[in-house]
Amino acid sequence: MRLYLLAMVFVLISGLPGVFLRRWGGEVAAVLMGLGALLGMAAAVRVLAGGPVAVLTLPPAPLASAGLLTLDPIAALFSLPVFLLPACAAIYGIGYWDDHQENARRLRLVLGLLAAFLALLVVSTHALPFLLGWEGMAIAAFLLVMTEDRLPEVQRAGWIYLVCTHTGTLALFGAFAILASVSGHWAFSTLPRAFAGTSQGTALFWLCLFGFGLKAGVMPLHLWLPSTHAAAPSHVSSVMSGVLIKMGILGLVRLLSWIPDPPFWWGATLMVLGALSGILGVAFALGQHDLKRLLAYHSIENIGIILLGLGLGTIGKSTGHPVIQVLGFAGALLHVVNHSLFKGLLFLSAGSVVHALGTRNLEQMGGLGQRMPWTSAAFLAGSWAICGLPPLNGFVSEWFLYVGSFRALGFYPWPWSLVVLTALAIIGALALACFAKAYGAVFQGTPRTRAAEAAHEAPRSMLIPMGILATSCAVIGLAPMLIAPALDRVVGSLGASTDLPPLSLLSSLPSLSILAFLLLGSAWLLWRWLRPAAPGGPLPTWDCGYAAANPRMQYSASSFADGLVGGMRWLLWPRSSGGEVAGTFPSTQAYGSHVPDPVLERIADPVFRVVATGAAFLRFFQGGQVHLYLLYVLLTLLALLLWMVA
Amino acid sequence: MSQSLIPTSIQWAVHLLTLLLLPPLLPGLINKVKALLAGRSGPPVLQLYYDLAKLSHKRALFSRTTTWVFLAGPIGTVAAGLVAGLLVPFGHTGTPLPFEGDVILFAYLFGLARFLTVLSALDTGSSFEGMGAAREVTFSALAEPALFLGFAALAKASSSLSLSTMLLGPGVGSGRIAGPLILVLVGWAIVFLAENARIPVDDPNTHLELTMIHEVMVLDHSGRPLALVLYGASLKLLVLGAMLMDPLLPRTTHAWQNWLVFYAGLGVLALAVGAVESMTARFRMTKVPQFLIAGILASAFAFLLLLV
Repeated sequence: MRLYLLAMVFVLISGLPGVFLRRWGGEVAAVLMGLGALLGMAAAVRVLAGGPVAVLTLPPAPLASAGLLTLDPIAALFSLPVFLLPACAAIYGIGYWDDHQENARRLRLVLGLLAAFLALLVVSTHALPFLLGWEGMAIAAFLLVMTEDRLPEVQRAGWIYLVCTHTGTLALFGAFAILASVSGHWAFSTLPRAFAGTSQGTALFWLCLFGFGLKAGVMPLHLWLPSTHAAAPSHVSSVMSGVLIKMGILGLVRLLSWIPDPPFWWGATLMVLGALSGILGVAFALGQHDLKRLLAYHSIENIGIILLGLGLGTIGKSTGHPVIQVLGFAGALLHVVNHSLFKGLLFLSAGSVVHALGTRNLEQMGGLGQRMPWTSAAFLAGSWAICGLPPLNGFVSEWFLYVGSFRALGFYPWPWSLVVLTALAIIGALALACFAKAYGAVFQGTPRTRAAEAAHEAPRSMLIPMGILATSCAVIGLAPMLIAPALDRVVGSLGASTDLPPLSLLSSLPSLSILAFLLLGSAWLLWRWLRPAAPGGPLPTWDCGYAAANPRMQYSASSFADGLVGGMRWLLWPRSSGGEVAGTFPSTQAYGSHVPDPVLERIADPVFRVVATGAAFLRFFQGGQVHLYLLYVLLTLLALLLWMVA
Repeated sequence: MSQSLIPTSIQWAVHLLTLLLLPPLLPGLINKVKALLAGRSGPPVLQLYYDLAKLSHKRALFSRTTTWVFLAGPIGTVAAGLVAGLLVPFGHTGTPLPFEGDVILFAYLFGLARFLTVLSALDTGSSFEGMGAAREVTFSALAEPALFLGFAALAKASSSLSLSTMLLGPGVGSGRIAGPLILVLVGWAIVFLAENARIPVDDPNTHLELTMIHEVMVLDHSGRPLALVLYGASLKLLVLGAMLMDPLLPRTTHAWQNWLVFYAGLGVLALAVGAVESMTARFRMTKVPQFLIAGILASAFAFLLLLV
């Protein structure tokens, strides 16, 4: 625990020296953050490897009860990305957001704050530090989103985020109040059996689902997520998408760890929400033109996959099938780590592109693979992993969920796990389409604009963090059996039943690893065989004999996705304008298409507009005349007097 | 049992040799059948072997827009096809590397091959290849659920998660399972035709780039990369064909008989594909999704039948 607290201090002060230094602020911050990350991850790995669970208590009576901060296996697992990603972001920030950019010092300071609050939140096992960390995290993230606060787009995104996160916190206050009324103290502890079935238990579930789901970006509650991720600087987006939204999942995992006997419908609700988020998330991602918005919708999709796993595990727990419980929870928890790794990687490499081109619009990119080879490789690795393709890490966690849901088919008369199975299959196919679109539009073909033509590779300080994340993705994918014991410990602390089967018995991870290496080996041999085919002269693409093709004739990102977006018109409601050609000699035509966010633009916006109009009527009572206000006071007093007399 | 007669290592060797050497024969057979049915004499059955030998000596040309990703498509197709070939049983002859959950790896390996092929097509910047790639990902989004629902039905029927038991386990193809199995195979046959770019979904011999799906994605490959593309396509034909046929193959007593049955099955499959291609026209592009949805429905009904 001491190690962990030390790490927190390092992370907290990482941005401070930079405020006073004239130069090297970014480097100092990166070193401090990196040191903190090493210390914190060492503490976490010790717990995951079977070391003792560290507890911190404080003497004052209300805080002393059962431990204020606990570095248990759940906390240890979540703290890995919590330390790794901000450290990567800090290194990345040296080149990406140097002192010439606006608010660079403030950004570094608040990034350290955010990382420290996240670290605090992860180990909190008491309502007080938990809410402290939660609010600190929310405010720090708000400040980070508002880095470029002169842009109206950023202001709007930050504002929506602030409103959403506080609404969520309100629900959490309610949830913790219920918790305290049941257990008698504010520390987290296992709740009594049969509590989950009571109406109080139901209220606790819905409050937690709302509060934590809002932070995680579960589908109907995701309205803040896409614009915030797009508006923030890219390394901040990578921390937000990789770590911050996972705190919602952490909350749900904590909730599940308190309940020894969750009802079946809890699991079913999580599963249905997961399928909804997963499929809708990737479907809306397909319709985006903004690279970072596209990635943000994929975060919603991956939160959906995690929820599918949590639902599967919860159902396994409530029906007494430890196999399903272990596979579901292990898949979900591993996906938490995996998603942080590959989504962090994707946001960082997308950031390099945005940095080089100054736009996030997919239709203004192209051909960057030749100009930015390392960034391109990093983005490809991230896409590979997020599509769940072997042999990278995304495949391993999805594989756990597949095996769990296939096994569940045999255990229950009613095949509910088919929801998980088909949702995963659909998500997999659509994610593949979406990342083929993104990678193709950004890195392949010929540059569509001057800026894309003049693009150059990112500096080394931005490439190193991408390398770290990509290597982590490959290690988990190639040797999944290394992490299985750690996952067993985390799943064990989640489950109420004592003897859960270990993952090594349930799954054939070594076979997976052998085949992954076979795949790499045969690919390498084939590569060697192809290499002698040295590139010939500078030839154009064949293009069916047409040699004068220009970049604008390429298949654009929107046309690539058009088949799927058109097929899901009933779901996505795309809007398009222009494009009709009329007359013998048609004039210049413009065509635009846009897939609006269903919740934000179709529900929340109109509703709040009506509320705002309604609120305008209240201004009638607030006319600014003091004697009128005195009249109100008098009337209120009279009313109270009458009420007391009566 | 077969395992006692011939040591496992020989089985493995035959499996590996079949996987490596046999695939180019299948397109040759299909083309021969098509030619005979059309009253032509057609190219020799071994034509693809000759083509591969020729291409491996040719210099490859690369467009100036391409990067190394352009080569990842052909390499990925063959590597993924070979690994998938180690997971699928070739008749009742034993699988080299069966393990629980290998179906998922099997399906995702084809996903990997598709991903890399699509990227390698987009790497040229040609709008024709972009069009083909877009069609490929669109249609495969419909083929994927059909494949997985079929897996789910067979997993439920055989209480197993390993391809070799799911396809060949005792009881598969008999009694109560026979009805659902037929439906699964119908669904998979549709997936098989779509994934291998055969008529009625796609025409491997079409000459108009605008109407192609798979062929248009590999227009810019030449020399050795093209050899890998062609070989990879035939490999996919063999591996998915084995998956489709396995439940129908009878079990015999000797290992060599099992191999003979498997080879005969492949011959029948090639005959069937050739016959389908000779007798049907390809669908309009807008009709393809409906065809694939029929595959999903067949697999879904198979699952429903297992529940009652």
